[in-house]
Amino acid sequence: MIEYEIKPQNKFSIGLKELWQYRELFYFFTWRDVKVKYKQAALGILWAVLQPLVMMVMFTLIFSRALKVSSDGIPYPVFALSGLLIWNIFSNGLLNSANSMVTNANIIKKIYFPRLIIPMSAILTALVDFFFALIIYLFVIIYYHQNVSILKLLVYLPLGILITIVTTFGLGTFLAALNVKFRDFQYLIPFLIQFLLFANPVLYSSKAFTNPLINGIMKANPIASAIQLCRSVFTGQQVDWQSVMLGSIVAILLLIMGVFTFRKTEAYFADLA
Amino acid sequence: MKPILEVQHITKQFKIGAKQERYLSLRDAIAKPFRRQDKNDTTFYALNDVSFDVYPGESVGIIGRNGAGKSTLLKILSKITPPTHGKIICRGRVASLLEVGTGFHPELSGRENIYMNGSILGMRKFEIDKHFDAIVEFSGVEKFLDTPLKRFSSGMQLRLAFSVAAFLEPEILIIDEVLAVGDAAFQKKCLGKMDEVSKSGRTVLFVSHDMNAIEQLCKRVVILEKGQKISEGATQTLISNYLSSNKDQWLGEIALTEEIQLSHFDFHSIVESTGSHLQFQIRLDFIKAQSPEISDFCILIYSLKGVRVAVIDLRPFINKFVFDNKHLEINGFLEDINLVEEDYAIGLYFTINNISKEMLDLGHVRVKPPLAETELNPYQAQYRGFIDFSNNIKIS
Repeated sequence: MIEYEIKPQNKFSIGLKELWQYRELFYFFTWRDVKVKYKQAALGILWAVLQPLVMMVMFTLIFSRALKVSSDGIPYPVFALSGLLIWNIFSNGLLNSANSMVTNANIIKKIYFPRLIIPMSAILTALVDFFFALIIYLFVIIYYHQNVSILKLLVYLPLGILITIVTTFGLGTFLAALNVKFRDFQYLIPFLIQFLLFANPVLYSSKAFTNPLINGIMKANPIASAIQLCRSVFTGQQVDWQSVMLGSIVAILLLIMGVFTFRKTEAYFADLA
Repeated sequence: MKPILEVQHITKQFKIGAKQERYLSLRDAIAKPFRRQDKNDTTFYALNDVSFDVYPGESVGIIGRNGAGKSTLLKILSKITPPTHGKIICRGRVASLLEVGTGFHPELSGRENIYMNGSILGMRKFEIDKHFDAIVEFSGVEKFLDTPLKRFSSGMQLRLAFSVAAFLEPEILIIDEVLAVGDAAFQKKCLGKMDEVSKSGRTVLFVSHDMNAIEQLCKRVVILEKGQKISEGATQTLISNYLSSNKDQWLGEIALTEEIQLSHFDFHSIVESTGSHLQFQIRLDFIKAQSPEISDFCILIYSLKGVRVAVIDLRPFINKFVFDNKHLEINGFLEDINLVEEDYAIGLYFTINNISKEMLDLGHVRVKPPLAETELNPYQAQYRGFIDFSNNIKIS
């Protein structure tokens, strides 16, 4: 028989055991979000493929054709799409998870389950889109005759995705917790994401920076290292492992900060939301 | 036998301030250290030192007026919000039907919503698979299983929602006012299901205004008043005490509008039986001394399930209302109440100084069954509707 106590929260724990008990909810929330997202669109799930494709074409026209941005000698569509794959997990995941507690407020106020499932599922939804985008990317790779190392595909890409998810989850839970308390973040987050798109080497080469200070910051930027790993798979570029290490550490620190803030405040979400 | 639920000294306090809204904004948070402490901040106890035990297999009802703390207690029990002090020991899985249909999404089909809702309520997928056919059958929406929920009528949505919840299999089930769902036939089905659940050895905590349902389902009740437990005991005696003492418990003054306060609302809350008189006394306090302009004044009678039974239109008697030194007094009685024995809720509707307002649930009246005078046994109350015409029949 289960026995447990309900009392004012004072000890901190992540509650992994409970997350495991409710593991099916991850699936159901993700499934619902994916389903609802494309339900009323005539093209349906095709949008998951079209979105990155349209972005790629758009950025190729602007950055490569018009602005002649350097892409390290790699065909620009290949270059940009490798960055966009990671970027879309991050930006969609962050936006979804930061708003997730507010959009699901009606559920939070009525039923108990480990709250971390909500921002986590929001990121998984973005990951589903990623896999669709990956399919279209493989066609682009074939079209441009890029050599893809299978070993790298199986090691670098998952590592890059992992770093991205950890970072997104850390920032996402942090912002989700703040967003419940201060709705101001709802308006701030789109700006933050827009800023980060230009601050990350998604559309341009990381070699574009010459300022040593910015280079230092970039080295510790987890999203930049994830993009580096992903790009290396499809373009054969070298990976700066020192930067990946630093990026991973920052990602983990962000995760700790996010989950800690979230768990500390989640008990009162129902009162505030 | 150990109790399955031990509620120990549960207290929940909220800070309410004149200025502090429930939504904080970043600006306020930043400015806070620089501002003087808001003196209007007061602590409000939604629950104050409430303790009781529930034993396995028991069905316990929780009664109280609006704002007595029932909902807060249920929210704490279902872990939605933590208590400020005290603790609850649970020896079993708790599932709550705080509101059925949680997690329903209008874009998803009936089938998909059953899965979504079921899993949010804590069912595992294999459990939903197992009960799926029974859930669908119980809800009676077979034909619409693959239709998006937004095409469902609201009644169908509620039925589907309740059906999912009815197949939860927790050790402790918390039910809050769900019986106000659907048509009479479905309500009956639900009551039957609840009964079945409690007879199957599960523990049920039942919160409702519906005294009849509580009487049917619960052997024991806990009565809350202003955040405190005022009594606990056998249902039959407690409910009738509660209803008859309601008039003594009229303590608060209710602000009806900015200018008018209801300071006294007294219905003799027990009508001896169908056909007897019902006395009432209403007093309103006004801020201004000038005589108010009353254009509507009605007493509303509701069934406890929220159906309006009657409107007692007092407009013809407005000139008889006594206005004296900011007080308006209305005294009177209704002759020959021909209501079927039942509990009724009393409300008010009025238009005073061009402000209209409808207030429900200001008091309760219980009509007792008539004393048996005839040889024929009267039909049971549930079959007789609300109005009894037996004294008005003339066959020519």
